[in-house]
Amino acid sequence: MLQHSANLDLAFQALADPARRGMLERLTLGPASVSELARPFDMSLSAIVQHLKVLEAGGLVRTEKVGRVRTCQIEPAALSAAEGWINQRRTTWERHFDRLEQYLDDTADESANTEPKP
Amino acid sequence: MTDRSVTHATFCIERTLSAAPARVFKAFADQSAKDVWFVGPPGWVRTERSMDFRVGGRETSSVGERGGVQHRFDATYHDIVPNERIVFTYAMHLDAVLMSVSITTIELVAIGDKTKLKFTEQGAFLDGVDFAANREQGTQYLLDAVEAWLAREGANG
Repeated sequence: MLQHSANLDLAFQALADPARRGMLERLTLGPASVSELARPFDMSLSAIVQHLKVLEAGGLVRTEKVGRVRTCQIEPAALSAAEGWINQRRTTWERHFDRLEQYLDDTADESANTEPKP
Repeated sequence: MTDRSVTHATFCIERTLSAAPARVFKAFADQSAKDVWFVGPPGWVRTERSMDFRVGGRETSSVGERGGVQHRFDATYHDIVPNERIVFTYAMHLDAVLMSVSITTIELVAIGDKTKLKFTEQGAFLDGVDFAANREQGTQYLLDAVEAWLAREGANG
């Protein structure tokens, strides 16, 4: 899944909202109906449904309609520990390279003084 | 906890760095340079460090919060082409739990007076024993990753 960075971008975009992160955190405790999910939030049911659609598009949440109740649950593949771990690895290297860029900028002057220009 | 699994995945990171390949290569090859940027997040301390930058040589680094979980990086260099390419394998442990074993390729390509750095990691990412038990922890890592991603997007925008 991670090979497809577009998927990852959608997942990250889905998470770039505090309400959606709150919904996701609620779902890590177990499945919930849409109205249960909406309860802590001061927003309309249709706004909640919109947020759910974004979370679904990001591959983070799966919803299923049983009778008249739509049940939401975490998409296990998206939030598996292994996937989380891979994301952490990537983030760690990104952070290293941020610092590498900073280091190269900081030492640009001394290198200009000590290394002859080609 | 007997639930064990493995995920195979590849990820790439590309950066264009404002320095010639020789300077970028030196930042990877020279320990005093690498120690400046290859560090844990702010507030973390390094409890172990070694670096033997040659084919067959090893590099180790353990970082973590003081008294907290130790993140241990243990690498072996397999291919070194000065100013062009570095290939190494590395294992990551959280305390005693093996989390992943990866092969990592760093390619440097000169673009004018800059360098395109292409980092590719192919790994077997293991569900550590304690890790698999805690779905919320997986979520937390994802949320942390999002924060970092947002910070970068903001910086680029």
